[in-house]
Amino acid sequence: MKAGVIVFPGSNCDRDLAVAFERVSGRKTDMIWHKDSTLPTGLDIVAVPGGFSFGDYLRCGAIAARSPIMRSVVEFANNGGHVLGICNGFQVLIESGLLPGALMRNAGLKFVCKDVELKVATSRTAFTSNYRKGEEITIPVAHHDGNYVADPDLVKRLKDEDRITFTYADNPNGSTADIAGIVSENRRVMGMMPHPERLNDRHLGGTDGTRLFESLGEALVGA
Amino acid sequence: MKARVFVTLKNGVLDPQGEAVKHALGTLGFDGVNTVRQGKMIEIDLAHTDVAKAEADVTEMCEKLLANTVIENYSVEIG
Amino acid sequence: MSEPEITPELVREHGINAEEYQRILDLIGRVPSFTELGIFSAMWNEHCSYKSSKKWLRTLPTEGPQVICGPGENAGVVDIGDGQAVVFKMESHNHPSYIEPYQGAATGVGGILRDVFTMGARPIAAMNSLSFGEPSHPKTKQLLNGVVEGIGGYGNCFGVPTVGGEVRFHKAYNGNCLVNAFAAGLADADKIFYSAASGVGMPVVYLGAKTGRDGVGGATMASAEFDDTIEDKRPTVQVGDPFTEKRLMEATLELMQTGAVISIQDMGAAGLTCSAVEMGDKGNLGVALDLEKVPVREENMTAYEMMLSESQERMLMVLKPEKEAEAKAVFDKWDLDFAIVGETIAEDRFLIRHNGALMADLPLKALSGTAPEYDRPWLETPPAPALVNVPEVDVKAALLTLLGSPNYSSRAWVWQQYDHMVGADTAVRPGSDAGVVRVHGTDKALAFTSDVTPRYCKANPFEGGKQAVAEAYRNLCATGAKPLATTDNLNFGNPEKPEIMGQFVGCIKGIGEAVAALDMPIVSGNVSLYNETDGKGILPTPTIGAVGLLEDLDQLITNRPNEGDQLFLLGETVGHLGQSALLAELFDREDGDAPHVDLSAEKAHGEFVRAAKAEGLISAAHDLGDGGLAVAAVEMGLASGLGVSLISGGPSDAGWFYGEDQARYLLACTRDNAEALTTLAREAGVPLKKVGGFGGETITLGKVSLPLADARDAHSGGLLKVAL
Repeated sequence: MKAGVIVFPGSNCDRDLAVAFERVSGRKTDMIWHKDSTLPTGLDIVAVPGGFSFGDYLRCGAIAARSPIMRSVVEFANNGGHVLGICNGFQVLIESGLLPGALMRNAGLKFVCKDVELKVATSRTAFTSNYRKGEEITIPVAHHDGNYVADPDLVKRLKDEDRITFTYADNPNGSTADIAGIVSENRRVMGMMPHPERLNDRHLGGTDGTRLFESLGEALVGA
Repeated sequence: MKARVFVTLKNGVLDPQGEAVKHALGTLGFDGVNTVRQGKMIEIDLAHTDVAKAEADVTEMCEKLLANTVIENYSVEIG
Repeated sequence: MSEPEITPELVREHGINAEEYQRILDLIGRVPSFTELGIFSAMWNEHCSYKSSKKWLRTLPTEGPQVICGPGENAGVVDIGDGQAVVFKMESHNHPSYIEPYQGAATGVGGILRDVFTMGARPIAAMNSLSFGEPSHPKTKQLLNGVVEGIGGYGNCFGVPTVGGEVRFHKAYNGNCLVNAFAAGLADADKIFYSAASGVGMPVVYLGAKTGRDGVGGATMASAEFDDTIEDKRPTVQVGDPFTEKRLMEATLELMQTGAVISIQDMGAAGLTCSAVEMGDKGNLGVALDLEKVPVREENMTAYEMMLSESQERMLMVLKPEKEAEAKAVFDKWDLDFAIVGETIAEDRFLIRHNGALMADLPLKALSGTAPEYDRPWLETPPAPALVNVPEVDVKAALLTLLGSPNYSSRAWVWQQYDHMVGADTAVRPGSDAGVVRVHGTDKALAFTSDVTPRYCKANPFEGGKQAVAEAYRNLCATGAKPLATTDNLNFGNPEKPEIMGQFVGCIKGIGEAVAALDMPIVSGNVSLYNETDGKGILPTPTIGAVGLLEDLDQLITNRPNEGDQLFLLGETVGHLGQSALLAELFDREDGDAPHVDLSAEKAHGEFVRAAKAEGLISAAHDLGDGGLAVAAVEMGLASGLGVSLISGGPSDAGWFYGEDQARYLLACTRDNAEALTTLAREAGVPLKKVGGFGGETITLGKVSLPLADARDAHSGGLLKVAL
């Protein structure tokens, strides 16, 4: 698996994500600057990391979604490429139109950083195949705007199409239907608010995030 | 009766959001944007119909809550 | 534009007294211009010149084989082996936070982060020590919420994990809250950048945010007592922009790699003035600045305003002219404004030109070198009377009251608003003894703690100063780290009052003795005086920030025991109740002497904790502090969701369970390891006593017991009573 991580000036989980990919694949992650207009060739997955891409000014992810590199990321996704957006990356993917819905200010209005229990809602994606459906895992969240908002039609469609990947066991931000992560129609673009790359090491309090990267490593081997 | 409150940063107070938006507009090809200042608009539906009282009340709301008068100005429109 | 005439009122408004003004006249042989007066006021105020504290700061131990750079630069630098160094400092932003809590705290975090990355270090951890007024005071809730949000808003966006700190409430802070921000960064030991300029005719480059009128007069304000005119002081509030700061850091670190940077200084208090003088002074050079070149964001700014502006997220550097193209490429990449605003000159002059006019022409060295220094009269704090009328306590009610008090309850509400994991290297999160962050890409880690017990410092400044250091030492040892070095953030009232100065002197003496005995030299620090409102001073609050090293994360000790673990108490228990949390929270009493600190016992016990871990004998550890044995044991139980039972001991229940004798730890170990641990203690000659064990869902304190859930509810709800 060859991974590329997009770097905006205010990204701050870019390195964490690159390390997580490298640990699974053994291959160096390409760091891709937001001002570039094309992606390097040969990428199996493009990841949009957490952080505050452009200070989260105006709307989280709004300015990043209009940066030159995102046109190529959208094209990459439209051609069937795998794209993962975590936290601010999820916000960017929504603002780019790759995923439906919106992410608004947490219901509690405060930034919230803590471990949360997630339910794996489907293992039928390249991102979640190493988890069991219904399994509970621990992954931290760290966000101010993680309240996923979707109208009833969208929620029904996401459920009917088995596109909800993770739900919160104890909703920390007011998300509709406890949604923590979703995939696109072709199941190759996933956005999630929790940070699997942060619980990926026994020294850091847990490894429940590791299997997400292992799932990808297996799905995308030699892809 | 409806009141609209516009809250803006005082002159001279740095507006990081405005700066970032201005730069992003430049990147998108909008030339000639000198400055961008971001503020907020708050709509309030009031029960009573006395304009003078509404103005006084909303002004007090601004002073006590709606605006951070350390760094923000506000203006009130009634009706 | 013509400048105002210099009048005695104008001089006084600049915080310059008659004697100091005479010194200015003698120095330059003429009446200063308005801009010059502003420059003097910025350089000679308490905040920048340390004029009241310098004499005493010099007495602090600042050296050791581990120290690469002690006080005097932007931050201290300490060797952590393998060619790497930790760079850290703590600094106050008290007055600005009281006036505008969100922005005040945010810019405090921004300032300390700049201090760290200015030296070439990438920030890896932040902490905050916060002191607010009593919970019932009308301003407390708003200040707490605003300050915590401001710290989170800035640190989270910048991308530094906030891994520890303190929050306290006391009526002495009703009119002056304290916001002490700590940051630490990681650098290669041979690639540290300093502020001393070198070479004549080198370009002085301005980098970062544009200059506005923010905080004009801010440094002068930070050294003034508050009174009823506080509202008028509001326009000087600075606004922080963490997104720009993040870019400034990335650009600065990239620029340093190109080899273009000769010297660098962040623009903090009194911005352009202090940074330019600092670079010239340290390099024995003069500096000439041309103010039309300074990027500004407001119209018609005067030389005076530009020289005193405290706009945030700005740097001044001296660059190698031949590297200009590379430097420009870095600034462009990060979309940062930069400008060549002047040059270094051979003569000892500080020349300020604006629109062709010479606005200031001052001897540069004298600006910092001849700043006034005072040997303020001081009155030793009289010995505290011995504690009398020790009350009887209901052991169970006391526990719930302490755990549920705003001062000793869970801080989760605070640190959940801080991203404490960004960087994916946080090994111990907030809420334990010390925050621990792995050195990226290695198995090593650094531990961070900040400590002080102000009520001890008030009763007995000398022992209180010692205790602040000793508690920091214990918190580091309790995580398995070896304490390395210290930064001090000294918050006091008006130093012109001899009894306040006496508190300062006493605390400094205590801190000095403790850091020498525990081998944790002071490598950086900050002094904040005049924390008074209407003549009422704060408690003496010398916050100690300390850093320790774990050579291997396998040596990490958590505060989380396992089911069935036995509990041992390390250290002597006399049952000292003077100035205890018990007296303060249950009886509203602050009397008696502070506990005395036996530094040789502190050292021996800290070393024993690490030795016991190295032998694989302990499964958890926790230091004993406020609330003594009972609170510490229950905190460990709560960390693991386990009940805890403690035996009774002498001489009284109150003293045994809630006494605050120093140099004590709780150690948890398995039944199998208990004998070996006891033997190890005997061999080391340290007092160790089995006092209980962990398991079940009940807390038992001698003869009384209560459900663990009651303790959890009290503990998790205490702070919310103030915050929500």
